[in-house]
Amino acid sequence: MRLPTIPSNQRGWSEVEENGVIVGLEVHVQLNNLKSKMFCTCSTDYHDAPPNSHTCPVCLGLPGTLPVVNKKAVEYAIKVALALNCEIQNDTLFYRKNYFYPDLPKAFQITQYDFPIGVGGRLLIKGEDGEERLIRINRVHMEEDPGRLVHAGTIDRAKYSMVDYNRCGMALLEVVTEPDLRSPKEARTFLDKLRNILEYLDVFDGNLDGAMRVDSNLSLVGGERAEVKNISSHKGVEKALAYEITRQKNIRRRGMDVIQETRHYDELRGITVSIRTKEEAHDYRYFPEADLVSMRIADWVPQVESELPELPDAKRERFRSMYKISDDHAKSITSDIKVANFYEEVATRTSPQMAAVWTADVLKGELNYRDLSINKFEPGNLVKIVNMLDGGEITEKGAIEVIRHILDHGGSPENVVKAKGLGKVDDGAVLSAVKVAVAECAHAVEDYKNGNEKSMNFIVGQVMKKTHGRADPSEVSTLVKGALDGL
Amino acid sequence: MIFMLKELKEKLSTESAEDYICSLFDKIKKSNLNAYNILAEEYAIKRAQEFDKYPWGGLMAGVPIAIKSSISTKNIETNCSSRILQGYIPPYDAHVIEQLKKEGAIVLGKTNMDEFAMGTSTETSYFGTTHNPWDFNSVPGGSSGGSAAAVSAEEAPCSLGSDTGGSIRCPASFCGIVGLKPTYGLVSRYGLIAYANSLEQIGPLTTSVEDTALILEVIAGHDWRDSTSLESEGGYLGDLDAGVQGLKCGIPKEYFGEGVDEKVERSVWDAISKLEDLGASWEQVSLPHTKYALASYYIIAMSEASSNLARFDGLRYGLREGIDKDWHTTFSEIRAAGFGPEVKRRVLLGTYALSAGYYGRYYLKAQKVRTLIKNDFQRVFKDIDVLVTPTMPFPAFKIGERIQDPLSLYMADVFTVPINLSGVPAISLPCGFADNLPVGLQIIGNHLQENAILRVAKAYEDATPHHTVKPEGVV
Amino acid sequence: MITREDVAHISWLASIEVAENEKDDFVEQFNSVLDYFHQLDEVDTENVEPTYRAVELVNVFREDVAGKSLPQEVSLQNAPKREDGYFRSPRIV
Repeated sequence: MRLPTIPSNQRGWSEVEENGVIVGLEVHVQLNNLKSKMFCTCSTDYHDAPPNSHTCPVCLGLPGTLPVVNKKAVEYAIKVALALNCEIQNDTLFYRKNYFYPDLPKAFQITQYDFPIGVGGRLLIKGEDGEERLIRINRVHMEEDPGRLVHAGTIDRAKYSMVDYNRCGMALLEVVTEPDLRSPKEARTFLDKLRNILEYLDVFDGNLDGAMRVDSNLSLVGGERAEVKNISSHKGVEKALAYEITRQKNIRRRGMDVIQETRHYDELRGITVSIRTKEEAHDYRYFPEADLVSMRIADWVPQVESELPELPDAKRERFRSMYKISDDHAKSITSDIKVANFYEEVATRTSPQMAAVWTADVLKGELNYRDLSINKFEPGNLVKIVNMLDGGEITEKGAIEVIRHILDHGGSPENVVKAKGLGKVDDGAVLSAVKVAVAECAHAVEDYKNGNEKSMNFIVGQVMKKTHGRADPSEVSTLVKGALDGL
Repeated sequence: MIFMLKELKEKLSTESAEDYICSLFDKIKKSNLNAYNILAEEYAIKRAQEFDKYPWGGLMAGVPIAIKSSISTKNIETNCSSRILQGYIPPYDAHVIEQLKKEGAIVLGKTNMDEFAMGTSTETSYFGTTHNPWDFNSVPGGSSGGSAAAVSAEEAPCSLGSDTGGSIRCPASFCGIVGLKPTYGLVSRYGLIAYANSLEQIGPLTTSVEDTALILEVIAGHDWRDSTSLESEGGYLGDLDAGVQGLKCGIPKEYFGEGVDEKVERSVWDAISKLEDLGASWEQVSLPHTKYALASYYIIAMSEASSNLARFDGLRYGLREGIDKDWHTTFSEIRAAGFGPEVKRRVLLGTYALSAGYYGRYYLKAQKVRTLIKNDFQRVFKDIDVLVTPTMPFPAFKIGERIQDPLSLYMADVFTVPINLSGVPAISLPCGFADNLPVGLQIIGNHLQENAILRVAKAYEDATPHHTVKPEGVV
Repeated sequence: MITREDVAHISWLASIEVAENEKDDFVEQFNSVLDYFHQLDEVDTENVEPTYRAVELVNVFREDVAGKSLPQEVSLQNAPKREDGYFRSPRIV
């Protein structure tokens, strides 16, 4: 469900506290789900390719070449802008941003400046205090990725550098927030949510190298802001911002002013360092890209809008109400579209509540531990396992073992249960085990009768041993208690 | 031996293409005109041999053509007559080259030009100026001076040039041949090394209007690789002989009078009379913003150039000399060493015109004035079919005469730049002589009205002898 | 009026080294050309839209289809300095 758009100058966010912190983000999203680059037909699967093997005259910027816009990239841009509740610009165009750097073959980047494709959006996140916070999106625009520099050693000490242009020309979306974030944690929450939405939209694979890069701006109230550029992990952003707060506060404490500058995040040392370039100010001399024509795409919007998938918030709400599961479970399940789709398939074929527990509380953990994606587990298998649990065929412990076995060695639930003898012991066998245990554990029985409730556990343990753990522990407890009380 | 392309094609169907091409190379090597930067001898002779053995078809079957040094030719050095691109070998053909090859043409070599197309005389070439076949001490015009001189001196039967502010029409006028700048977008710029990308087009330089129409037929038309490319209706050869009966010519008063050489003006008025004799009518019109066109053009061209030439830094191709320092210093040194003074001037001024604080006053202002100039043309074309003017205000000037004063050189473009600003097509063809130097007649049409201007040019050419006169020494 | 400092700044922005003795020449030439450009000041462009390109086309796109890339050797074929498949660039700092 889309929120109504509000003009970007309307205050809807919380005022900054006196000792507070002001954070803005510029997120670069690489549209690596496209088949080709933004302005040329080179393919996008360059990630493991040898350097400079995914380039063509256009993205290499060879003299005489010209860009041609990838239509699907524009569709994706509209999708993202709509999902972020932006207003779509009817007449949008590309500009040149002129600067020199070895990774930029034309010495200009084709980007958007005036009239970007999306403006005035908003995203709701949960603040640290649990309250809903409105983060305004200033703009969404399209641009191209530069190449990649490789250094022998650190950037500031390498004697020379090497350039690989495979990445050059990949389609990028830039999402720019207003400075509405108030802490490193909020920044992280925002990024997590943004990534979630992007994956729901299927415009990118967030796991690929370089998929999402963040420039973050932070200032203390009343002070200048520092920009930390080009961080690829959300955790990194959070850490870098936390460091910046400390650094800036220290400067203030010494009675000095924070200067406006660009900094780089050193992941190993966990600090930000200044990358002071020459004192000259950057002047990008933006002007319209005359090799490309204007895009009038207002009439694409209804179609794109109608094709927008259910977004995370809406899906979470629906799972909660439709499947009657807890908010925590819903949140956990919808934080990854693949998990959400998996869950939904399972939930339509067996108990949705049990499916939620076993997906969110067990399966996810087992997958994370093994660094596996959920597409390594068949939904049908979880359906079977849940049904077996429900039908009393296996215990919870057994179910966990089945899951682990399938992840590690493959197989089907029935076969694994059979092979490992995980089938729940039938009631008769349990009963006789209880009788035997009670008979054998005279001391424990005595202690119990004298008021020591905990002795019962010892007897329960004995029963579990006798049944090789295949009895349901709570059932056994009940039976043992029954037996003891009956004595 | 005057060869119109259709005569040449006939000749090549019975005689040896190899002999013909070798004779051209012979002539070129003996010549001191310096029209060529690169000769593709091995390639061209091999193709000629193949053609002699198994002749192929096509509108340009077996016809050799000289290509300006700013148009990319696969595996043939393309250096824009600049030191910074010396040795650069493109791995791809420009669209126009692909089209020429499809129709059977053979690339002879790359012609000399003003460095990066910045100039009106070919004097800024890193490889020295080209000489005008009509007078060795005069310039051939620019920036496609080499292409024009080669055709005029019969060192090539035809050639391609590019026109940003007059760079095809000026040398055509100074060298007494035919040159066409098509409507912006009609000929794909994919492969043209950019100087000012919102202004330039590739076009033919030939000895006759019919040859121009033929080559236009081959190179015009949509190319998906150029987003500014238009569809072409083609059929440029069909309407050529339709004559000028009932055609209305506009004579813009701003293109005559002060600053125009008397003899040039007289030749052009004679031409207008001739068109009247042939059945056209004419009336005086006004393009009131003409005098602002030069300033508007140069601001826009320099601004775009500053961006288009920024990619030359020695990292991926071109000049790289000396020891590497930090990247910015290294790039700056290479560019200082690799660009000639005129290129540096324009890139620096263009950078200034786009920079913070000046963008509004220069670049944006120039683009607004451009709108006014474009509107002037749109307005007059409501009532008239073509405009007729001199191409240049004077015939070829002496080598060295204007190069020391950049502004005086810029002024020579006064009648050619308004056409580029508006994107309309224009052709220049010989209409007489002034002190034994050729004078060019410019015929301007509305967007995509190539047929109209070709028709008028053909009718005029058929009724006059100027195009049959050859420079001394050309047999 | 362009000054020597302006020329120094522009030369930094444009990455073209300008020698000390060249600066004065450039100042003179630039000012004479800019003077000429200033005649545009007299044109009334109050309600005039700029023309950024000469064609009136809109919405020119290509479909999202991957084509062939150049082989690595061809991408590098004009590289003055290369190493292990990369373009060798001068150091960053």
